[in-house]
Amino acid sequence: MSGLQVVFLIAAAVTIFSGVMVVASRKMMHSALWLILSLMGVAVLFGSLQAGFFAIVQILVYIGAISILIIFTVMLTRRMMDEGHPGLIKGWWLPALMGVILFGLLAVFISTWDNFQVMLNELPANPENLAGFGAALVDPAGYVIPFEVASVLLLAALVGAIYIAVEGKEKAG
Amino acid sequence: MISETLVWLIPLPPLLAFFLIVVFTNRNKALSHWLALIAAGLSWAISMVIFGRAVRTEGLAEHPFAHAIDWLPTGTTSLKIGIQIDPLSAVVLFFVAITVLMIFIYSTGYHNYGQPAGQHDRKGLPPEGAEVKDAKGKLVKVPSIEPMYSRFFALISLFAFAMFLLVVTDNLLTLYVGWEIMGLCSYLLIGFWYAKESARKAMIKAFLTTRVGDVFMLLGLAALYALTGTLNYQEILGNPAVLEQLAGTLSPVFSLSWAALIGLLIFIGTVGKSAQFPLHIWLPDAMEGPTPVSAMIHAATMVSAGVYLVIRFFPLLSAGWEPGGTLTTPMLVMGIIGSFTAIFAATIAVAQNDIKRVLAFSTISQLGYMIAALGVGAYAAAAFHLVTHAFFKALLFLGSGSIIHGMEHGIFHTGEHIDPQNMLNMGGLRKKMPITFWTFLIGGLALSGFPLITAGFWSKDEILSGAFKGGQMGVFITLALAALLTAFYTARQITLTFLGKPRSKAAEHAQESKWTMTAPLAILSVFAIGAGWAGIPADFPGLGGLLPNWFEEFVGSMLHFEHVESVHSLVPLITSLVVALGGLALGWVVYKGLQKPVDPLEKSLGGLHTVLKNKYYIDEFYQAAFIRPALWLADVFTYKFLDQTIIDGVLHGIARFGVWLGNGLRNIIDLPVVNGAGDNAARGTRGLGLYLRSRQSGRIQQYMVIAISLLVLAGLVIYFTVGLG
Amino acid sequence: MIPLSWYLIAAAALFCIGLVGVLSRKSAVSILMCVELMLNAVNINLVAFWHYHSQLQGVSQVAPQVFVAIVFIVAAAEVAIGLALIISAYRRRETSVVDEMTLLKG
Repeated sequence: MSGLQVVFLIAAAVTIFSGVMVVASRKMMHSALWLILSLMGVAVLFGSLQAGFFAIVQILVYIGAISILIIFTVMLTRRMMDEGHPGLIKGWWLPALMGVILFGLLAVFISTWDNFQVMLNELPANPENLAGFGAALVDPAGYVIPFEVASVLLLAALVGAIYIAVEGKEKAG
Repeated sequence: MISETLVWLIPLPPLLAFFLIVVFTNRNKALSHWLALIAAGLSWAISMVIFGRAVRTEGLAEHPFAHAIDWLPTGTTSLKIGIQIDPLSAVVLFFVAITVLMIFIYSTGYHNYGQPAGQHDRKGLPPEGAEVKDAKGKLVKVPSIEPMYSRFFALISLFAFAMFLLVVTDNLLTLYVGWEIMGLCSYLLIGFWYAKESARKAMIKAFLTTRVGDVFMLLGLAALYALTGTLNYQEILGNPAVLEQLAGTLSPVFSLSWAALIGLLIFIGTVGKSAQFPLHIWLPDAMEGPTPVSAMIHAATMVSAGVYLVIRFFPLLSAGWEPGGTLTTPMLVMGIIGSFTAIFAATIAVAQNDIKRVLAFSTISQLGYMIAALGVGAYAAAAFHLVTHAFFKALLFLGSGSIIHGMEHGIFHTGEHIDPQNMLNMGGLRKKMPITFWTFLIGGLALSGFPLITAGFWSKDEILSGAFKGGQMGVFITLALAALLTAFYTARQITLTFLGKPRSKAAEHAQESKWTMTAPLAILSVFAIGAGWAGIPADFPGLGGLLPNWFEEFVGSMLHFEHVESVHSLVPLITSLVVALGGLALGWVVYKGLQKPVDPLEKSLGGLHTVLKNKYYIDEFYQAAFIRPALWLADVFTYKFLDQTIIDGVLHGIARFGVWLGNGLRNIIDLPVVNGAGDNAARGTRGLGLYLRSRQSGRIQQYMVIAISLLVLAGLVIYFTVGLG
Repeated sequence: MIPLSWYLIAAAALFCIGLVGVLSRKSAVSILMCVELMLNAVNINLVAFWHYHSQLQGVSQVAPQVFVAIVFIVAAAEVAIGLALIISAYRRRETSVVDEMTLLKG
């Protein structure tokens, strides 16, 4: 077993275990913290795929922005959430059972399909070609329209979020 | 600018206006309607330029103005978005642009722009009128401005965008996009006065009924794409090899050829959109919307879109057919449904008293004409009737709106409580509303096919002679009968509304509408007469050849058939003269001296009249046959059985078991100390009750659990039956 | 030297965990967190296939990278809107428990 495989297994184990804890934690704050660990694990997986750029983006966007936002929300709404409510709905065993079966099916399918057994070798030099990626994003023959649409979406989400969250005076109460 | 670029620009101004009104100007009524008007005007101007260029281009059918760009990559191919102007879309563009602009102008008047806001008006209800002090300081009631004025203009702008998109596009996918946007807009516009329950019901009915057709149409689209790999008109319809291949291969359904199957599926889409039997039920109810909306939906846009689609796909529908040969299955179906709808709706129209409902059924009937014309292969005649019908029907709808407005004015004046749309309450409006009268008369005569001067005569005559020449006697006779009924109910409508003496006080005090409403009427009436001259058959006795039969040459060039020379038979001509004049005269004679607001036909036709008045009870039939069972299924099966019995039952069973176990343990331990069995039983029941109550809310996750469970189940079934392949 | 299937299985596991969470957590914030887990699982798949594809072609492939970037953007937008909604709903109805938001119930 090579060193990279060991790194993968550890990262995957951390990711999945923290994922389970996100779902299972009774307190939401704990969930949020486990979420950060899980996202960190995903970043390591990205790194093991030689996608260093996305590993960094994962840390910046998910851990730096999204998780912090979630934690803020948890703190803002915690009064209701802390005690008296178990985190899971009654009858949670049914979705859990379904999840396990679904995972079992997927795992069997994936592990029996020959094409998926390919070894991922180390890519040649400059694996990510970030300059090419950047150029493709603003190239009219490439992905400039999806890119621009995504920016508009983000802007719209920002404006929408502000509009929703700001308490209008006439709407108060 | 080059034509292709201009065509791209046609749909954009209304879309821009929609967004600007929604986002920025919805508080300012004047700015909103100016935006919409300027946008419609721009689209109109560009359309006219394009139309002018298209007419002057030689061989436009083979070399249309076309341009396309890649839109969605799908693996190795990509879906394209593009524009195409060929003779058919050029003429459709022509009438759409004009009617849309007229309707926009008319709407400013119809929604009482410039009037004060009503004191009691609320959003979602028609304006009730405002009380203002006149010069002498007396309180008078005047019409008040629509409270949701800007919203109306935003919605009709979006509607106009969708229609332009549908006309200028070069492929079925974008057509479908425009088609569905129109469906949404018609839903929103029919329910424009959403505080009225009838409007809410009508909007849902319209949306769901057309959806039935759309689903089938989407299936047809998917089949077409799967078989040919493209949805572009030119690549499918302009390519005889593809058509031949589609017509030659058998589909798995009813041993139809693929061409026939796809044609039928697309035609079902048209049945929904163009309100053909049996999906016609939504259109009369769509009258709940404001009148300009009725005109938009019924004349300029939505229903025309359905007919436009089948005209466009005529090469596919008729694949394997030669003029004079046996009809293909889709053509046969179209002939039957079209002619049946034509006469069926015409009979209903005879017994309706609501002025807009008469027009609605008349629209259904006229659309049936076009469909039937296509069914017998009269391609150019169908397109011709589509154009002329759009003009005179828009004219009639806008005219009826003007009448209703005039009647409302009378009602404000007298304070009577009568229905301003009921024709039996009108009468004698000719003197009060002269412009409306003359323009309505022109529209009515065009609808009934008044000989020689009106556009409706020429197009109807062509359809009748097309059916006659094609040897389809059944279709010919049915259509002729329908034409007779059409002339009859038109004469009835005009006589009841304008002639004779007023039958209510409100009618005595009716008043002519403002110029913003009458000017569009005047312009449309010019077209209601003049549009016919573009298509006078060359072999028409006396008049033929004075003007070239430009329309048939222009639009007919879309088809690759050899032009069949035939003699203009006198039989269809005489028939159309007789039915038009006879029907008009009959209608006038029956209704001319009506004094009381009672329909004389009610007595003479007896039970039949009731059946007609209730539209053959089709709505009731659908209610009993489809809607009730669906509701029952939803309520009893899904909700009560699946939800409450099975899902909740399992959960409750587990909970009950837990409660039972807990109670049991506690009783065993507690029994020597406290004999509180009753106490515990009560507490258990209470707990169960509380638990039950908490189960009754927020089910979304349960539904998702069911969905996922089914997915897992399907996965397991595949795994254990098919294996891993 | 890791087989592609390992990544896929890890991603599948993460996805299923997220799914279970979405279906069984009570609070809206938790559900949002689990949605993030599911999106991350998708991204693992995308990056793994990016590597696989680049390895096959010998050149770095751009399309999967764009895809991953767009998933990031969508996730960010979704969280922004979702959390704003939760805060707004919490303010008005004093709860962020999904079960109690039943205003739309017919």
